[in-house]
Amino acid sequence: MPSPPPGLEIRDASLTFDQRPLFHRLTASFESGSWTCLLGRSGSGKSSLLRMIAGLSLPDNHRLTLTVSDARPLRGRLAWMAQRDLLVPWQRVLDNVMLGARWRGQANAKDRQRALTLLDQVGLADKAGQWPSTLSGGQRQRVALARTLFEDASIVLMDEPFSAVDAITRLELHELACQLLVGRTVIMVTHDPQEALRLADRILVLQGEPAYLITQPTPTCRRPRPLADIELQQCQAELIARLREPAHA
Amino acid sequence: MPERASSAPGPNASLARVGRGLLAAVVLIALWQLTITLADVPRYILPSPLAVARALVDQHQLLAYHASITAIEIVGGLIGGVLLGLATALALARFRPLRRTLLPVLLVSQAIPLFALAPILMLWLGYGLLPKILMAMVIIYFPVASTGYDGLRQTPQGWLDLADTLGVNRRQRLLKVQLPAALPALASGLRMAASAAPIGAVIGEWVGASRGLGFLMLNANARLQIDLMFAALVVLVGFAVLLYFGVDTALRRAMPWQRDAVETPD
Repeated sequence: MPSPPPGLEIRDASLTFDQRPLFHRLTASFESGSWTCLLGRSGSGKSSLLRMIAGLSLPDNHRLTLTVSDARPLRGRLAWMAQRDLLVPWQRVLDNVMLGARWRGQANAKDRQRALTLLDQVGLADKAGQWPSTLSGGQRQRVALARTLFEDASIVLMDEPFSAVDAITRLELHELACQLLVGRTVIMVTHDPQEALRLADRILVLQGEPAYLITQPTPTCRRPRPLADIELQQCQAELIARLREPAHA
Repeated sequence: MPERASSAPGPNASLARVGRGLLAAVVLIALWQLTITLADVPRYILPSPLAVARALVDQHQLLAYHASITAIEIVGGLIGGVLLGLATALALARFRPLRRTLLPVLLVSQAIPLFALAPILMLWLGYGLLPKILMAMVIIYFPVASTGYDGLRQTPQGWLDLADTLGVNRRQRLLKVQLPAALPALASGLRMAASAAPIGAVIGEWVGASRGLGFLMLNANARLQIDLMFAALVVLVGFAVLLYFGVDTALRRAMPWQRDAVETPD
């Protein structure tokens, strides 16, 4: 990547759901090129916070001030990966990888070649000509990862991207994502403490009512961290204890 | 790499489908003949299958002439109705103010009985092809517009989010995301439209025409040529069946991914 990815800073993030403030005037910063995992109980508003950063529509009352470290607009530098793979059934696998270019009406032979290379990187080069419906859940999520990478965005926002696949596939996807998303600023929402501890440079927990952000310690070894790592297991115990704390502490 | 290793239902499957259809037809014809033999129905009330078949052969030139007129009306109505219905669906999905004004009009238009509309169209447009094409169009327009609009509105939010973050504009979103996503819903509207199209044309012909299968039926009825009347009906049924399967085949071609989806065991 030519220039380093920008860092992000959010200020004054507020979200009201049904007249109940989920969080109020949150502040957080996301360092350039770092991988941040955002955790919290169900309904804590973590996915909504991510949607707010992505600039996606939300039904509730919300506000957010977003500062980009290089002061350039985010548009076109942001990639989104959701819990569902969001592959469109009417395009073959290769065209799903280059979906952005196709939808913007600017796909060319170079894009095609790049999409093929990405498919090769996620280990699915032989599936390029197939329909998505012929793939397994893990394969589909790998195609979604390739589509995310195709955008070559410096900021990647992921909302529980690996939660719909089985445990072993998830571990494999962690390794693949870690390797392929190097050098990007990643913010990932997850409900899986182990996943967060394997992948994150920094872990933020959305806790309380209205919620505030707490930084949790992460293990020191290189990512993706092995499950057997003693430090990871200690951190996991702490993180789970944190998540189990009642909202009104 | 084979692009599609397992292709559409094999020739055996479609052969079986045709076979089942033929069997049903044979059973129906047998029942028809049985009713005549047992109940001794006079032939000016219900002609025998053989008499109808004879009329089909003997009068094939007359039938072909009138059938060609009706076919033009149906196909014209189908093309016009589908295009107009699709355009309405797209316009409703794209322009919010249009929804408030056009949607109620659309619903009210459905409340007008088609039979009541036919004489008015004759009055305004005469006895030619145009009012019949319009009748077929009216009957096709609504299912296409309403299923199309419903389909366009019900695009899964995930795809819309994705489109937003991929930086597509509103027109691209409508045509490249919402429209393909609406195809399965639209397809059911098109199948409905295809089977309804002959109704519109025939009603038009009944109300006032000098050509077409509807006219031929009325005329044959008045002259007590009941076998000819039934022969015209058989041709009309043939049209409806042909049209349905033609549209169905075209839709399957347009959505090859659905065919494959059914086939994969996974």
